[in-house]
Amino acid sequence: MFPKGTKRKFSDSGDEPPAGSDDVNQPSSAAVRMLSSYSLQRQSLLDMSLIKLQLCHMLVEPNLCRSVLIANTVRQIQEEMTQDGTWQIMTQALSAANAAAQCSADRLVATEVLCRQTEAAQGEPAPKPFPAVGSEGCSAEEVVVVEEEDEGVEGGVIMSTVSPQAPTAYLPSTFGIDPCWEEETGEEEDEDEDSEECASGSEEGDNDRLVEDSRTAEQVFGTFEIKNPAPSPDPALEELFSDVDASYYDLDTVLTGMQSAPKMGPYDLLESLSSHGPSPLSSSTSCRSDLNELDHIMEIIVGS
Amino acid sequence: MITVSFRPAPCICTMLSGAGGGSNDVQWCFSQVKGAIDDDVAEADIISTVEFNHSGELLATGDKGGRVVIFQQEIENKSQPQCRSEYNVYSTFQSHEPEFDYLKSLEIEEKINKIRWLPQKNAAQFLLSTNDKTIKLWKISERDKRPEGYNLKEEDGRYIDPNTVTALRVPVFRPMDLMVEASPRRVFANAHTYHINSISINSDHETYLSADDLRINLWHQEITDRSFNIVDIKPANMEELTEVITAAEFHPHQCNTFVYSSSKGTIRLCDMRESALCDKYSKLFEEPEDPSNRSFFSEIISSISDVKFSHNGRYMMTRDYLSVKIWDLNMENRPVETYQVHEYLRSKLCSLYENDCIFDKFECCWNGNDSVVMTGSYNNFFRMFDRGQRRDMTLEASRESSKPRQVLKPRKVCAGGKRKKDEISVDSLDFNKKILHTAWHPQDNIIAVATTNNLYIFQDKVN
Repeated sequence: MFPKGTKRKFSDSGDEPPAGSDDVNQPSSAAVRMLSSYSLQRQSLLDMSLIKLQLCHMLVEPNLCRSVLIANTVRQIQEEMTQDGTWQIMTQALSAANAAAQCSADRLVATEVLCRQTEAAQGEPAPKPFPAVGSEGCSAEEVVVVEEEDEGVEGGVIMSTVSPQAPTAYLPSTFGIDPCWEEETGEEEDEDEDSEECASGSEEGDNDRLVEDSRTAEQVFGTFEIKNPAPSPDPALEELFSDVDASYYDLDTVLTGMQSAPKMGPYDLLESLSSHGPSPLSSSTSCRSDLNELDHIMEIIVGS
Repeated sequence: MITVSFRPAPCICTMLSGAGGGSNDVQWCFSQVKGAIDDDVAEADIISTVEFNHSGELLATGDKGGRVVIFQQEIENKSQPQCRSEYNVYSTFQSHEPEFDYLKSLEIEEKINKIRWLPQKNAAQFLLSTNDKTIKLWKISERDKRPEGYNLKEEDGRYIDPNTVTALRVPVFRPMDLMVEASPRRVFANAHTYHINSISINSDHETYLSADDLRINLWHQEITDRSFNIVDIKPANMEELTEVITAAEFHPHQCNTFVYSSSKGTIRLCDMRESALCDKYSKLFEEPEDPSNRSFFSEIISSISDVKFSHNGRYMMTRDYLSVKIWDLNMENRPVETYQVHEYLRSKLCSLYENDCIFDKFECCWNGNDSVVMTGSYNNFFRMFDRGQRRDMTLEASRESSKPRQVLKPRKVCAGGKRKKDEISVDSLDFNKKILHTAWHPQDNIIAVATTNNLYIFQDKVN
C-alpha cells in the first residue's frame, strides 16, 4: 500500500531547493544541512536496496530484471560514496567501532544476512566498474587501504586480486548493529592493513559460514544458472519431495540453512521420510553432488 | 500541462488535455466488464495478458492461474444499431500447470506471461501461450456436427452385438450444440534458462521468437525439439551482469528484422540475415539522458517494459516507467515523440521504489491505424495519446462508471497546489490498482483494459 503522508521522501536532485534561494557566499549551513540530508537519504536508499536484494530468495525464482536493477542502484550509490570519500569514512568508523565491540551470537544471524547481501553488491571499487554480484568482494578494505596510502600506510594494495574466499561484510548504519567484519582468510592475497575481525567468540564458525556464504552472492544471479536442462517432472520424484517442510522456506532457514545444512546421507533421507520428520531437504548450491546422492537414494528406494 | 517533445526540429509541443468536444474526438463508452465483482481478489484470477486476434473477433486473456479465457464477438445486432456487438465467453482452458524445477528447487509459475495469436489459415484458431519456461501452441476448433447412425454402437455409446445386426447403414453428420475445443498441439519446452518475457510471431507465418532475460530463441512452429539461439547477452561471468532483455518483437512485415529492449533503456534492432547469432545489432536506439533529471532511480525508470511496432512497420513504441516514446526506425539517436504518462510520480520515486511499484511493467498498444497509442497507469487509470491531434486523455476503469453505454468522463490528476473539483490528488492514488495490460481492436475503436482481476471492454460512442 502506498502510504499516505509519505514518510522520509527522498528528494531527488531535481527537487532540491534552487541554489539561488540561498546566498551563495553564505557559509552554507543550509548547504551542509542539505548535504547531510542528502547523505542520509542516500544511505537509507542503500539500506533499502540491500534488503531488497536479500529478500530475493523465495520459493519462486526471483525476478532477474528486478535484481539487476537493484544491484545497479547499489553500485551507483557505492561509487558515489567512494568518490566523495564517505565510503572510507564509514568503513573506518565501523571497523573502529567493531574492534571494540563484540558481536553477540543473537545479532549474528541478522548481520550475517545483511553481510552476505552487501557482499553481493560489492566488488572492486571505482574506477573499475565492479560486478553487481561478487563472490569476490573485498572492496571496502581495498578502498580503505588505497585511500590511506597518503597517510603512510603501506601501499601495495592489489586491487586486481580478489579472492573468492574473502567476503567483506558491511552493515548499513541504520540498523545500529555492530558490523561483522570478516577476517580475510589465508588464501587472500591482499595485504590487509586493517584486518577487520569479527570480534566474536565463535570466529572460526563464523568464518566458515561466511566463507560459504560468499556463494550467496552468486546465488542472487547464480540461481538462474543451470548446467543441465531441467528434466521433465517425474511423478515418483514429486511424491518424494511432496512433504518438504514448509518451514524450510522461512527466511532465516533459507539463508542460513541453505548453506550450513548438513548434507543428508541416503539413510537420513529414508529415516526422515519414514518418520515424517520435518527435516528439510538440503538444497544447497552444489546441486551436482546432490544429484549423485539423489541417484544413490533412488537406487535404494527403487531397490535395484 | 503535458509536454510532448516532437522532433526533428527541437520543439516542445504542448498537449491539449482532451476533454471531449470536436467532431474528431472519440468518446469512449463502457461496454462490458468480465470477472468477479468482489474486492477480494483470488491470486489465480489476476489477469496477466490480453490480446485480440488478427480480425478482432476473438479476445484472449491469460491469468496467474495458468488459464486462458477467450471471448468471441457476437455478430452485430442490426436491429439495434446503438448496441454494439458484445464479447462473450467462447472457450476456457487450463494452458499451463505449476511445475517444480528439481535442479534448482524452485517452483515454475503457471502464470501466462504472453498470448499471441497466429494468423488464421483454416477454420480453426491457433494461439501461442507461454509461462516462464514453456510455450504451447493451442488449437481452438469448433465442433457443431457429430456423426450418428453407427452400426456397432448405440447412440449412448453401448456396443451392439454384431450378431444382431441385420442391415447396414451409413453414419451421417447431424447438427449439435456448438462445442469449442482447445487442444495443445505443440509444447516448446526446455529452451529457456531464464524467465520468458516475450513471444512474437514472424510475418513469414512459419517461425516465432521467444525471449527471456538473457537470450532470444527462434523456433519453427512445427518443430518442438529444436530452437536456434539468435541473441545471447549472458556475460561469461554472471557477476558482470548489468543489463537484461525486457521485451522483443518481430517486425510486422520484414521477416528478417526484430527488436529487443533492455533494462537500460536501449532498443536494438537486429537483422537475421547478417549472422546466425545476432549479438551485433544493426541499429541501437537510445535517447541521451537528461542531466537535469538524473537521480539514483534514473536507470530503473529508463528500463523499457514493452516494445511494439506500429502496424505500418515504420515506427516502434516503447514504454518505460514514466513515459511512452515513439521511435522512427530510421532515427536512432532520439524518439520522434515522447508522451508523459504520469510525470507527477517523478517526485515519488523513492516511495515507489520502497513499495516495489517502480518495477511494474506496463504495456502499451497502438490503435488500428497507428494514430493513437494507449497505456495503463495507477488507480485504474489508463491513458491515450492521439498523435495526430496532439491530445491526450486519462480514463478510468471502474465499477462506478459501468452503466451500459455510459460515456467515460476524462480524469485528471492534480500534481500539486490547489486541487480542483473532480481532480484527484497524487497522494490519493491507489497504487494497488494498476492497469498493466491493454489491447486495441485491430480495426475498430474497441479496447480491452485489464484491471487486477477484471477485464473492461470499452467502445467508442455510436451515434
